Amino acid sequence: MFSAELREKAEGLVGRYPEGRSALLPLLHLVQAQDGYVSDDGIKECAQLLALSKAEVMGVATFYSMYKRAPMGRHLVSVCTNFSCEVRGGQAVYDRLSGHLGVGHNETTADGAITLEHAECLGNCEGAPVVTVDYFNYECRTPDTAMELVEQVRNGEVPPPTRGYASAGIRDVEYRLAGLGPRHAAEPGVIPDQATADDAAPPTDDAGPGVTWKTVMAEAPRGNGAEAPEGGGAEERGPEGLEPESGAGEHDYGGASRQRDEPTQPTQPRPPAEPAGNDDQPVER
Amino acid sequence: MVEPVAVLSKRYGLADGHTLSGYLASGGFAGLRASLGMAPADVLEAVKASGLRGRGGAGFPTGLKWGFVPQDLGRPVYLVINADEGEPGTFKDRELMERDPFLVLEGMIIAARALSCHRSFIFLRGEYLWPGVRLEEAIAEAYAEGWLGKDILGSGFDFDVTLHYAAGAYICGEETALLDALEGRRGQPRLRPPFPAVAGLYASPTVVNNVETIATVPCIIEQGVDWFRSMGTEKSPGPKLFCVSGEVERPGNYEWPLGTPARAIIEKSCGGMLPGRNLKFWAPGGSSTPLLTADHFDIAMDFDTIAEAGSLLGTGGMMMFSDRTSVVDAVLNWTKFYEHESCGKCTPCREGTFWLSQILQRIVDGQGRTKDLQTLDDICDNIFGRSFCAFADGAVSPIKASLKYFREEYEHLVDHGVRQAGIDPAHAGVVTRNSGQDRSRAGART
Repeated sequence: MFSAELREKAEGLVGRYPEGRSALLPLLHLVQAQDGYVSDDGIKECAQLLALSKAEVMGVATFYSMYKRAPMGRHLVSVCTNFSCEVRGGQAVYDRLSGHLGVGHNETTADGAITLEHAECLGNCEGAPVVTVDYFNYECRTPDTAMELVEQVRNGEVPPPTRGYASAGIRDVEYRLAGLGPRHAAEPGVIPDQATADDAAPPTDDAGPGVTWKTVMAEAPRGNGAEAPEGGGAEERGPEGLEPESGAGEHDYGGASRQRDEPTQPTQPRPPAEPAGNDDQPVER
Repeated sequence: MVEPVAVLSKRYGLADGHTLSGYLASGGFAGLRASLGMAPADVLEAVKASGLRGRGGAGFPTGLKWGFVPQDLGRPVYLVINADEGEPGTFKDRELMERDPFLVLEGMIIAARALSCHRSFIFLRGEYLWPGVRLEEAIAEAYAEGWLGKDILGSGFDFDVTLHYAAGAYICGEETALLDALEGRRGQPRLRPPFPAVAGLYASPTVVNNVETIATVPCIIEQGVDWFRSMGTEKSPGPKLFCVSGEVERPGNYEWPLGTPARAIIEKSCGGMLPGRNLKFWAPGGSSTPLLTADHFDIAMDFDTIAEAGSLLGTGGMMMFSDRTSVVDAVLNWTKFYEHESCGKCTPCREGTFWLSQILQRIVDGQGRTKDLQTLDDICDNIFGRSFCAFADGAVSPIKASLKYFREEYEHLVDHGVRQAGIDPAHAGVVTRNSGQDRSRAGART
């Protein structure tokens, strides 16, 4: 599942914490760095790395909104619709982008360029309405300037954000969110773990061999984004595949998108609440 | 006359304040140096004497929290920084981490030594990518120059910091849910006791502190308890970063002493409400704090005064809304947020937020029924104080407060199916500014 390079990184992540299970959230980001979403194979591999059941890993993966259940496009565009952005036009921005791109919440355009989502408060209310591209913030977007931004992103000309650098893609950002620092030499920042026994020097910049979303997409079989284990592989093309012909990921709702899109419903079906685990004590009042 | 201060925000105007050289050139690490000349127990006493209260929302006395950590359990002590800033309307920690990451690190090192802690984690919300990059760089520089790692400044004190990006869940701002998330689980709150100070991360003694709280520690050690207490009020001493958003001329982070009247912050720092708009309702510290009205505009922004007025200072995230905005629209927006973010562990919150959203949506859609208002009240009463954690209390705060102060807006919607005259429909009118517009901040910059 993980490439050899990423498998080695994954094992390093597990060793970074006093208890290895703490690496699960970073590992799930690493799965997304490779597959663009939390794939079944990714879940299996995380379970194996951490000696957990697939169900436990899946339980964690479905709890957090940054973990996606279907492959993301090259870029993730998020629009904040919490009230401080809303009162300055956040919902209008979301509606315009949704109508223009023809996709709703957590859906991806047919050309595989953009996944759109609405987001809860992104902590940038002074720049309302805020749009992020791969979690880099673009402040004070009107519907028009948000459209401009999205068109530039779609054409591969990501402009510099209000703070940060122009993103090469969501997968590269997910690599950093896994705690592995910058994916490419040109990006600022360093691997954020320095807890080494003997060496207080910073690690060398860990630039990979220029893996971009394009190489990932080219190498991985469409549909599950993973290197096929023997016998698994190409037959496992699921509905999340990005082949343009299948139409998966594009829903040409046009103006009807608002009827099916319920922006503030939970994005992923939440499993029923877990039965009490460690906290198996009656609540005292 | 109260004036803004520039304690936490003193480097915000510097181009290189986020770099080690810029930090040192502007007086950075003076607090750490001073603390290394003190016994760890004396550092703890200083923080206790300062009266510093947590800036993450609860306002719990920081020194008291540190004092709960037992040193003799034979387990390591952990320090976890809560950088999961998710409270709607709150963005103070974001800017602090972006512009002055070394201040956060300095506070962590001072605190860790006082706690005999050698390992720490910064639990950073996953959406805060740029703060993360800044922290990555700062941590690397700190290690390279001996401010982190082994034998810091020749003191014999070892200390490691791990930056940990989270994955999108508001509930992980609750400290015990945060610890579960940091352990690689679903972020659900834990039963207390035991409290994290005794059994927290990996069942070991753990202090969880907010970013702004820990960043306030260096100035207490550097400039002294008396200096710190000269700002603010007796029970709420010190400086505070207030984040103002909503329908004001200049939203942003502004640093003032605790106890500053809300009006001073809004009028002097933010240029008042937008033209043609009068303050109608506002939240003093994020959406989880009960709404206040224009009658409260002169209230002192400190923990106790706001509590006496029936609300909470919370994070100090002030969200200001005008007479052109429907309270019911705001409340629906926030209730859906809480419904979405409920962890699902307990029935009153999981089911209750769902019902509340449904009813509010019906009211906003013009399908409200008279008895809906009583039902909303009843559901809120069955949630508040009856759920597993304070999330649920926050979830019902907007509804309870708005029914108390703005019942006629609800009644108008229920009786007539439309909002009152003069109130913009939801989503109407984009009110924005050029991104390049200079935004006033506290202290040295205007």
